Amino acid sequence: MKFTLSWLKEHLETEASVAEVVAAMTMAGLEVEHVEDPASKLAAFSVAKIIEAVQHPNADRLRVCQVDTVDGRKEIVCGAPNARAGLTTIYAPLGTYIPGSGITLEPRAVRGVVSNGMLCSAAELETAEESDGILELADTLAVGASASEALVLEAVIDFEVTPNRPDWLGVVGIARDLSAAGLGVLKDPAVAATPGVFPCPIDIRLTAPDACPAFAGRLIRGIKNGPSPAWLQQRLKAVGLRSINALVDVTNLITHDRARPLHVYDAALIAGGFIEARLGREGEQVPALDGKTYVVTPEICVIADSSGAIGLGGVMGGSSTGCSEATTEVFIESAWFDPIRTAQTGRDTGINSDAQYRFARGVDPLSLVPGIELATKLVLELCGGEASDIVFAGETPPVRGAVAFDPAYVRRLSGLDIAEDRIWSILGALGFERRGALLQPPSWRPDVDGKADLVEEVARIAGFDALPAEPLPASPRATGGVLTPRQSRIRAARRALAAAGYQETICWSFTARSTAALFGGGGESLVLANPIAADLDCMRPSGLPGLIEAVGRNARRGFPDCALFEIGPVFAGDQPGDQRTAITAVLAPHGPRRWDGGASDDLFTLKADLMALLDELGAPTANLQVVQDGGPGWWRPGRYARLQLGPKAVIAAFGEIHPTILKALDTPGPVYAFEIWVEAIPEAKKKAVKTKPALTLSPLMPLTRDFAFVVARDRPAGELIRAVQSADRVLIAGARVFDVYEGPGVEEGNKSVAVEVTIQPRDKTLTDAEIEALSAKIIAAAAKSAGATLRS
Amino acid sequence: MTTDLVDLEADLLARSTSAADTGVLEAIRLECLGKAGAISALLKSLGSMSPDERKVQGPAINGLRDRVASAIAARKAELEAAELNAKLAAGRLDLSLPAPARRRGSVHPTMQVMDEMIAIFAELGFSLAEGPDIEDDFHNFTALNFPPKHPAREMHDTFFLKPGPDGERKLLRTHTSPVQVRTMQRTNSPPGASWIAAGQAPPIRIISPGRTYRMDSDATHTPMFHQIEGLVIDRDIHMGHLKWTLDQFIARFFELESVVTRFRPHHFPFTEPSAEMDVQCDTSGGEVRIGQGTEWSEIVGCGMVHPNVLRNCGIDPDEWQGFAFGFGVDRLGRLKYGMPDLRDMFASDTRWLAHYGFSAFAAPSTASGLS
Repeated sequence: MKFTLSWLKEHLETEASVAEVVAAMTMAGLEVEHVEDPASKLAAFSVAKIIEAVQHPNADRLRVCQVDTVDGRKEIVCGAPNARAGLTTIYAPLGTYIPGSGITLEPRAVRGVVSNGMLCSAAELETAEESDGILELADTLAVGASASEALVLEAVIDFEVTPNRPDWLGVVGIARDLSAAGLGVLKDPAVAATPGVFPCPIDIRLTAPDACPAFAGRLIRGIKNGPSPAWLQQRLKAVGLRSINALVDVTNLITHDRARPLHVYDAALIAGGFIEARLGREGEQVPALDGKTYVVTPEICVIADSSGAIGLGGVMGGSSTGCSEATTEVFIESAWFDPIRTAQTGRDTGINSDAQYRFARGVDPLSLVPGIELATKLVLELCGGEASDIVFAGETPPVRGAVAFDPAYVRRLSGLDIAEDRIWSILGALGFERRGALLQPPSWRPDVDGKADLVEEVARIAGFDALPAEPLPASPRATGGVLTPRQSRIRAARRALAAAGYQETICWSFTARSTAALFGGGGESLVLANPIAADLDCMRPSGLPGLIEAVGRNARRGFPDCALFEIGPVFAGDQPGDQRTAITAVLAPHGPRRWDGGASDDLFTLKADLMALLDELGAPTANLQVVQDGGPGWWRPGRYARLQLGPKAVIAAFGEIHPTILKALDTPGPVYAFEIWVEAIPEAKKKAVKTKPALTLSPLMPLTRDFAFVVARDRPAGELIRAVQSADRVLIAGARVFDVYEGPGVEEGNKSVAVEVTIQPRDKTLTDAEIEALSAKIIAAAAKSAGATLRS
Repeated sequence: MTTDLVDLEADLLARSTSAADTGVLEAIRLECLGKAGAISALLKSLGSMSPDERKVQGPAINGLRDRVASAIAARKAELEAAELNAKLAAGRLDLSLPAPARRRGSVHPTMQVMDEMIAIFAELGFSLAEGPDIEDDFHNFTALNFPPKHPAREMHDTFFLKPGPDGERKLLRTHTSPVQVRTMQRTNSPPGASWIAAGQAPPIRIISPGRTYRMDSDATHTPMFHQIEGLVIDRDIHMGHLKWTLDQFIARFFELESVVTRFRPHHFPFTEPSAEMDVQCDTSGGEVRIGQGTEWSEIVGCGMVHPNVLRNCGIDPDEWQGFAFGFGVDRLGRLKYGMPDLRDMFASDTRWLAHYGFSAFAAPSTASGLS
C-alpha cells in the first residue's frame, strides 16, 4: 500500500515531514517498507530561465546559453534542440550527480566554451523513461524553485498492512491512527449526500445473501466521461496506478482513499434492467476487465444481468459492461462481499485485485452509502450529469459487538502506567465509543474482539518506548540442568562427531519422492501437495540420501573426500510418533595418497567412530548384537550390519552404500555410512545420588594367551569372540581378534581366526595348571558356541 | 713377573684395544679367559706350584687376568656404543614429511547458535520442549487463534501434505508454536512419543527449538529454517518482563554491553499486544555491525499470549497470562557471524562448512562464554 504526504494531508491537518510521518507510522504498528523521495534525490536541481541562446562558435548542434539560476547568471553549453531564449527549465550546478546519466558534473570546456552547469531533460532526472530535449516548464515558476516542487514530485511511502487492519488499506485509516498518535488533527471524512432526482432504473437482486448480503447502487445519467484531470491522474500515478478514464479513476481513488472498493458499469450495456449478485453456475464464463475469461464455479459469487454472469463479485468487473469514453450513463455499485469467499475466489482465480484484497480482509460494513455518495460527488464534478436515488438491497452486515473493558487491565497486561483519561482519549480518537462499562469498536475494526486488543490499541498509541524492563521472577526450575537425557545426548553426539573429524551439515527434511523410495520411504502419506520444487516433494525416511547427495555435489566441485554428519528428524509416517531423531554420518574416503603406504579410511574406520560414539552416548555397547542378514536394499549386500538389543530394539545400522544407489544419486563410491536412532537408545535410570560405584583395581598383572581357531568362512568372528569371553566371566577380561587368514594350511571353506585373550587374575596369581584348565575351557566354549576348532 | 707373562699381557692388551668388532673381541676373550684360555691355564697351574712360587706367581697371574678382563670390557663398551650410534644414525627420519592427514570436523553454525541460545535461556530458567515437524491444523493454526480461512494463514506460505484417507490435511509446521500448544494443553491422550511435549500446568517457562517450513526461497529465506520460540506463563507476567528477557538475551548473545533495541507494534494472531523488536545496527560497510549505526534490523517477533490461545489450551486467561517470542535461528546466526546467503547454510559445501563451522570444543559454557 502506497500513499503520498499531500494525499494524507487531505485527511490530516499536520505540519509533519515525511520522516516524521514514517517514524510515527512505525511506532504505531504500520511497517514502512520503503520511502521513494524524489525531493532528496533531486535536491540539487532547481528552476532556471534561459535569457539568451546563441550558436556555439565551434559546433553546429550546440548552443551557448545565458541562464538565470539560483546561483545567478550562468553561461551554460546545451545540446538540446529546444534550448531557446525565454524557456523555463531545470538547472543542475557543477558537482551535481545526474541520476539519469550516472555522471557528476565537472567544469569542462565543451569545444572551447566552458559550461557552468547543465540544463536537464526529464530522462536525466529519471521522471520519464525517455525525453526529447530539455524540460519545458510553465513561465510562472520562479527561478530557484526546487525541481521536485516544479515537477509536482512527491515522496511516496510504501508500507505493509497486517491482515488484522483492513482500515489501513485506505489513507483515511492511516490519518486516523496518526491523529490519535498526536501527529495532527483528523479532518471529518463525512460526505454530504446528493439527493436523487429520479428513481434508479436498475433493479438490484441479491440471491446469495451469504456471499453478498448488501448492495447499494445508483445511476448517474447525462455524463461525459473522458480523461481525468491532472490532479487525479497525478495522485493515482504517484501510488503506481494507471489512469484509465474519469469514472474508473474515481473508483480507484475511493478504493485507496477509504478502503471502499466500488465498481462502475456502463448502464446502457446492462441487459434486462437488473443487476443480480448470485453464485456462479457450473461452466459459466466471465470475460473480465483484465482481458482474460474466467470459468466460474458455484463457490464463486458473480454479478449477473439477464445475459448471464458479467463480473466476479468483489474481485473484478466484466469487460462487457465496462465504462469507456462513450459511456453516458453510469451505474455505481457499492456492495459488501463475504471475506472468506472473496479470499477463496482470489486463490481459485489467481486474481489479487485491489478490490479482492480489501473485501478479503473485511470492508467497513457501514461504508456502502458513504462510498457511493463520495463517488457521486466526484462523478458529478468531473463528468457532470444527474444522479438517481440510491437503491439499497439486503441488510447491512453486523459490526463487532461491544467489549467489556477495565482500564486497569492496561497496566496488568502491558506493564505501562497510563492515566485513565489518556486511555479513554486514545480509544476515543481511534473511534471506540464508551457505552457504560462496555466499549463499542468502530465499524471499520473487525479485528477487535476482546480486552487484550484494547490494551494493544492503548499501548501502541501511548508508545512501546515507555515499556519498563522488569526482571523475570525467580525461576520455577529446580537446581540442575534443563536438558532431558535425550537432549543432552544429542548435544554430546554433535560435539563428539565433530571431534572425530566429521563436518556437521543440515539437509532438507524433504527429498524427491523417487529418492525417498530408494531408502524405503516415499509413502503416500508423506508426499507434499505443494512442494517448493519437484525434487523436494516428499518427507525423507532417512538422513542418508541428503548426505550421499551432498557427497556427490562436493565431488562434482572437485572435493570428493567427505566426512559429514547430520542430526535431524526422519519420518516413517505422518503421525507425531512416526518421527524419530537420526544421527547420520557418511564417510567417503578420497584422501591424499600417503608416502608411508598407510591404509586410507575404510568401513572399519567408520565402525570405530560409530562404536566410540555409542559409548559416548551411554549405549549398552557390550550387549549389542551385530546382525548382518536381512539388510535393506540401499546397503551393499554383505557389508551391512545393524546393532540391536533385540529384533525390536535396533539402535543403529552401518555399512557401505549399494553401488546402484550411489549411481542413482550421481555420487562416486565408496560411501560408508551409519545411522543411530536416538530414541532407541535406552535411557539410564535417574539416580538420586551422583556417586559412582566403588572402583576395585587388581594388584595382579594381567596376562595374555593367543589362540588360533579354525571356523567356517561364513561364521561371524563376533560369535567366536562372544564364545571365548563367556568361557569364564570372572577371569577373562577381554578377547580381540588379531589375525584372520584364509589360504594354504587352512581347509577350503574355512578361515583361521587368531584371538588374543586377556586374563586378569583376581585374588592370586594363576598356576600353570590353572591357566591350562582355563585354556581348555576357552577351547571347549569356542567349539560349542562357535563351531571352532583349535588350529593344529 | 716373567718375560712370558709380560709379552702375553702386552699382546692381549694390544689386540683387545684394537679389536674391530665385538666378535673379534669375544674371540680374544675366549682365547685368554675361556675354559681353555691361556690365562685360565695359567691360573690352573697355580695349584701345582710350591707355596713360595705361588706367592710370587699368584699376584702376577691374577693381576694379568684382571687387567686383561677390564681392557676387554672397556673395549666392549666402546664397540657397543659405536654400534648403537651407527644404528641410530642409520635410522634418521625426515621429519619434514607430512603426517597422515587427520580430518577436521566442525559444528554447523546454525547448531552452534542453537546451543548458544539454549545456554542463555537455560540460565534464565527456560527448559526445552519439542514437538513433531508434521503437524495438524489445530496445533499450527486453530489453537493459535488463526480463524479458518483467515488471510493471516496466507502469510505463512504453508506446505501441506496430501490429504489422508479421512480427508485430514497435515502440514509442515510454519513455526514452533505448536509445541507451545502441546505444552499448555493437558489432554488425556499421550503425545505419541516420549520426546514430544506433554501438557503441563502453569507456571510454564520453556523454549521450543526446531525445524520450521515455509514456501519461500531467496537469499534471506529458505523453505526450511530453524526457530527458537519462548513461552512464559505465570500470574503476573506482563510486557515489561518480555522486554527485559529479550534485552537480556540480546546483550548476552551479541556479548555487547549496550545494544540499542526498540519495540515496535506488530500483528500476530496468537499474541495481543504483539510487537517486533529491532536492534540498532550499521550495514553501510557491507557487513552488519550490531550495536553501531542508525539502522534497525528486525530480530524477533513477540507479544502477550492471546487470551483466545490460552482458552483454546484450557488455561483461564483471567488467572494466567504471559508472553511468547520467536527467533529465526539461521537469521540470527547470519546477523552474528555474517554468512551472506542463507541458502548456503543447507548446501553442505565442505569448504563452507570448514569456513563457517565451529570447533567441537567451542561448546557454550558459563565459564568460556555463552556466545
